[in-house]
Amino acid sequence: MSKLATSYDHIRDNPRFQALVSRRNRHAYGLTALMIAVYFTYILLIAFRPQWLAMPLANGMVTPWGIVLGLAIIVLTVGVTSFYVWRANHEFDREAGEIRKDSLR
Amino acid sequence: MSPRLYFLLLCAFLWPVLGWATGLDFIPLHRRETNWPAISMFAFFVGATVWLSRWAAARARAAADFYTGSRGISGFENGLAIAGDYMSAASFLGISGLVFVNGFDGLIFSIGWLVGWPVVTFLMAERLRNLGKFTFADVAAYRFAQMPVRAFAASGSLAVVIFYLVAQMVGAGQLVQVLFGIEYAYAVLIVGIVMMAYVLLGGMTSTTWVQIVKAVLLLVGTTLMALGVLLQFDFNPEALFARAVAVHADGGAIMAPGGLIRDPLSAISVGLALMFGTAGLPHVLMRFFTVPNAREARKSVAWATGWIAYFYILTFIIGFGAIVNLLPQPAQFYVDGQVSQGLLGGANMAAVHLAKALGGDLFLGFISAVALATILAVVAGLTLSGATAVAHDLYATLWRRGRVSMDEERQVSKMTTLGLGMVAVALGILFEQQNVAYIVMLAFSLACSANFPVLFMSVLWRNCTTRGASVGGFIGLLLALGLTLLSAPVWENVFGQPVGSAPFPYASPAIFSMPAAFLSIWLISRFDQSPQAVHERALFDEQLIRSETGFGMVNAGRR
Repeated sequence: MSKLATSYDHIRDNPRFQALVSRRNRHAYGLTALMIAVYFTYILLIAFRPQWLAMPLANGMVTPWGIVLGLAIIVLTVGVTSFYVWRANHEFDREAGEIRKDSLR
Repeated sequence: MSPRLYFLLLCAFLWPVLGWATGLDFIPLHRRETNWPAISMFAFFVGATVWLSRWAAARARAAADFYTGSRGISGFENGLAIAGDYMSAASFLGISGLVFVNGFDGLIFSIGWLVGWPVVTFLMAERLRNLGKFTFADVAAYRFAQMPVRAFAASGSLAVVIFYLVAQMVGAGQLVQVLFGIEYAYAVLIVGIVMMAYVLLGGMTSTTWVQIVKAVLLLVGTTLMALGVLLQFDFNPEALFARAVAVHADGGAIMAPGGLIRDPLSAISVGLALMFGTAGLPHVLMRFFTVPNAREARKSVAWATGWIAYFYILTFIIGFGAIVNLLPQPAQFYVDGQVSQGLLGGANMAAVHLAKALGGDLFLGFISAVALATILAVVAGLTLSGATAVAHDLYATLWRRGRVSMDEERQVSKMTTLGLGMVAVALGILFEQQNVAYIVMLAFSLACSANFPVLFMSVLWRNCTTRGASVGGFIGLLLALGLTLLSAPVWENVFGQPVGSAPFPYASPAIFSMPAAFLSIWLISRFDQSPQAVHERALFDEQLIRSETGFGMVNAGRR
């Protein structure tokens, strides 16, 4: 355990670890904030301005903006999630692996 | 005890429940003819999945395998399994039923349930995987005192699992009722027994594979249905919506929000529950422990998000397809041929009837069988995480303080499965009248008010302490539970109180209970200066390093 504990200290003091954590957190929290902002804008529109979402796309049509926006949010969700996973698997994982190796030296 | 003995025990226990339930004053049950094509399909699927479960069970020896499926599952496979867990009766039957009745508002549920996934991916999935723990309770208790945190985590898991189970039971009960033409209470009982066969004969390994098979079948089935609907309108959604507005009694109102969620506070509250509930679902969190590493955990959530998004778009089309296909033919699909009497088997059955309208009895058989297999598999996953909470957290860790053999733990887990089955059958009978998506939303309200705050704060906030997490978590859980029981759907429809007498007027408690949980965790932890608290804060570094890099996982992950 003591050897492991030293390794933990070693990692914690490693500037690369600190840089990784803050970079990854910026990435993760930024995208989370984006999703929350988009989704709750939609929810607040439903709550306070439902008539805006009920407006048809064009005169004489029945398809409302609300459904189109909803679909756009669904597509955005998948896009943002894929982007995060792509970046995490390519960039952050390599970095975390190297930090782990550093600590065992 | 042998599995057969469990079934006998189960039947013996359930008989009085059934007698009591059938004595209640239900809506008049309309016996229908037994649908043989559908039933043969159903029998085939249930037989195949039970066989698959047994085959996998023979290979899953250790308890570790029983719970988490040997950690030998790839990200893509696990993504399908997560999607399979998530695309439950509530999603398929519930959302299409909500769209069928309310139009636009069904979309709110689809979107809300989807946007929870990025949150899980960004903040939770890989951290949980890196910590290398078995269950939600293991993670929450990583640096905290075992007793209080596990007591909370197990209660939170159980509460969520029970609500979620009830939704599945209602969906399955109505489906079996429509297919076999038997009474609802018996239908629920049959589902309860089959569901126990599933869990007791298999384990997580088998349910993972069952989920995958089932997810693929469900995606194929819903794709065919949506294509069938779109074909009727030359792939022009505008024409579909225009026809729906023309035949629906509410006309243009179905294209606007407000059919189901009528006041602003309810909209925000439901929005909160749907988005943050996902991150607190024990049976979904459990799936992150079945992949080999954080990379695969991330990949599995990304795949799951994609499949779920696709599926929700399909359910929306199916809901509108049901409006345009079922409403003009009341003689075939409505009780007594009257639209005012309601859909046969209830509005949850919109998608099932649509299958018949589109492809006749055989397609109806296929879709019903897939829906039932879906429900059984979701129920198996849910029961298993409920059983884990009791056997692993309450019994092995709390009661026996870890001095317990894997075999004993398994025995307790099987007994719990039995108990959960009985509770689910009894409550499934009580909740017959509810939309299943709505019941699941209530489960999400509990998850986002209890499990999510504790998990989030314990993994990401250094100053969080045992006292804060367990007391704050219980405050969120009890508040959410209490307000749910006082809200109109439960107070009026389940407890039978007069309409309009419900003390809690909003659709979901989340807007009150979730902030209450976060605030109390924060406040109590902030002022907790006990030596224990100081020690726990000191352990945060180790937890942080491990959750960020996976370092130390190989050593400590094995139990």
